[in-house]
Amino acid sequence: MAVLSYAEASRTAIAEEMRRDAAVWAVGEDLGRGGVFGQYKGLVEEFGPERISDAPISEACIMGAAVGAAMMGTRPIVEMRFSDFALCAVDELVNQAAKARYMFGGQTRVPMVVREPIGMWRSSAAQHSQSLEAWYAHIPGLVVVCPSTPADNKGLMKAAIRCDDPVVYMEHKNLWALDGEVPDGDDVLVPFGEARLVREGRDLTIVSWSAQVHACTTAAEALARNDIDAEVLDLRTLWPWDKARVLASVQRTGRLLVVQEAVSVAGFGAEIAATVAEHLHKALKAPVKRLGAPRIPISYAPPLEDTVRVTEAMVAAAAQALVRS
Amino acid sequence: MSAEIRRQTSRPKRPGGPVASGKRSADSGRSAPARNLDVARLSAHHRLMWRIRAFEQQALQALADKLVLGAIHPSIGQEAVAAGVCSNLEREDILLSTHRGHGHTLAKGADPLAMMRELFGREGGNCGGKGGSMHIADFGVGMLGANGVVGANIVIAAGAAHAIKLKREPNVVCCIFGDGAINRGPFLEGLNWAKVFGLPVLFVCEDNGFAATTRTKAMTAGEGPSARARSMGLPAVEIDGNDVLAVDAAAREMIEAVREGGGPRFLHVHTYRLTGHTGADPATYRPQEEVEERWRDDPIGQAEALLQAAGVEALDAAREDALAEMKQVYDVARDTPFPPVAQAYADVQDVGDPRREAF
Repeated sequence: MAVLSYAEASRTAIAEEMRRDAAVWAVGEDLGRGGVFGQYKGLVEEFGPERISDAPISEACIMGAAVGAAMMGTRPIVEMRFSDFALCAVDELVNQAAKARYMFGGQTRVPMVVREPIGMWRSSAAQHSQSLEAWYAHIPGLVVVCPSTPADNKGLMKAAIRCDDPVVYMEHKNLWALDGEVPDGDDVLVPFGEARLVREGRDLTIVSWSAQVHACTTAAEALARNDIDAEVLDLRTLWPWDKARVLASVQRTGRLLVVQEAVSVAGFGAEIAATVAEHLHKALKAPVKRLGAPRIPISYAPPLEDTVRVTEAMVAAAAQALVRS
Repeated sequence: MSAEIRRQTSRPKRPGGPVASGKRSADSGRSAPARNLDVARLSAHHRLMWRIRAFEQQALQALADKLVLGAIHPSIGQEAVAAGVCSNLEREDILLSTHRGHGHTLAKGADPLAMMRELFGREGGNCGGKGGSMHIADFGVGMLGANGVVGANIVIAAGAAHAIKLKREPNVVCCIFGDGAINRGPFLEGLNWAKVFGLPVLFVCEDNGFAATTRTKAMTAGEGPSARARSMGLPAVEIDGNDVLAVDAAAREMIEAVREGGGPRFLHVHTYRLTGHTGADPATYRPQEEVEERWRDDPIGQAEALLQAAGVEALDAAREDALAEMKQVYDVARDTPFPPVAQAYADVQDVGDPRREAF
């Protein structure tokens, strides 16, 4: 075990996988200088500018070129800088990467990792703050990953690089500096579709992913002091998602609270809530509850930005209302 | 037939060689036959162009017969581009095409029966019947796909060439797109990328004058495709795309330069779509006289005039053979079953495979 930051963890994963497989390479804006968040720091020195490649500010071409390069047997890691900018490359991701294998009848695979940092981060306003993970969970062909801890950011990144499907890999910008213990070992992978049990509990199930997992964990500790025993599940991946674990947990607790940073309307939380309602109607002791952002863009001014943020206090209050209802 | 062409292209470079070499002007090959006319090569082009045309005639018939169910985009009148360009590609070279890609795909060496089955959505189609006309691909012959999105293949081609460079392989990529594509962002992004990274790719702008059903010139600022390519430092050549020998010569020269590490090149070929935008488009947006006039430039007719002047007999055999071949293709495709329904769930993804979980 070593203590690494969230950024160091995925960087270590990339370095290990690049040493392991010469077909792996990364391409995006400013990678030669370590990436906009330092998440590629030191890699160009080890692997050279061909495998840690700078790119013009051409999101459509970064993504589209990765599709072509992946179909030709390489394994590109694509840096989109901010998930908001990946919207310039939606055709290349949604119409090309996600569908090439299918519409060509299985003649090809598109093994690429698309890094799309998400989330609110220091007054970044409407075009640098979004959490659009639900968009990609909606698209057949894509895998969607939202790690919340350094350990997962290493193990999931390694799994993503070894995956033969296009993977949308969404790191949260506010977590880059978060430290945590990370298992050593070249082959310590975190499998897709397995939720992490953050905290066991019997009174309600809180399901979350990405940075909100930490708010949920803190809220659960506060709830415990009030004799409410919350189970916290970190989904880790949204497609596939660990439906079995969520259903088993809610079957036991009878209550579901979904917590997400994204806009709640048509967010992935709606998918979880609907699935639980479909399968566990009789087991529910209270209606399912979602917490997420209101359907407004994210502001620059801190008090306005805060109006879309789901806080620990809101999680605790919602949990309490569910249990005490 | 395509094998014959390939044998010829694999001959060593012949400076000043027999195929109207060096001639790139719009009238090359149209006047009296050149003394150095390569009859065998032109005959091969002629036969290939007839195979493409016969394939598409059968596809249009199949559309009328309700065997082809989705949209098809015929390239009738544009066959010289497919024949002239693709005859200079090796099997290992990579081709990316457009929604109007039947000719390119056949010319790259794909099996017409698999293609017709794909158009009919049948088992044994190139894509198992899951793609149809607009997604035909044959990775076995280096054909990495037609594309349903105009201009989308340009950035994919840049990436395919990027992979070739990373792997230090000797192959080249050829990316064919229409004149409508030059007004999409990926045109700029892909050409810039190819030049910046010095990639082995030939861009071919197959300019038929129409962006879907609108005249491209009315919607295009500036001097057009070649000027835009030159502005990014790509050597560009503009030729008559209905003159198969001119296309062949220009493509050969540019592909050789690309293969030798010279970086991307740009070939702008002028042609004309003699049919509608799709098989169902009556093309009433242009006068019939214009179409009749352009039939006189039919690339197959031009090739036949040259071959006749060179004393080649039995030109009808090329047409008759092609029609018989594609009629047979039609019949076999028609009698092929649809794919099993379970195929709808196959080849989506490994992780989160819908065969296990689709809801």
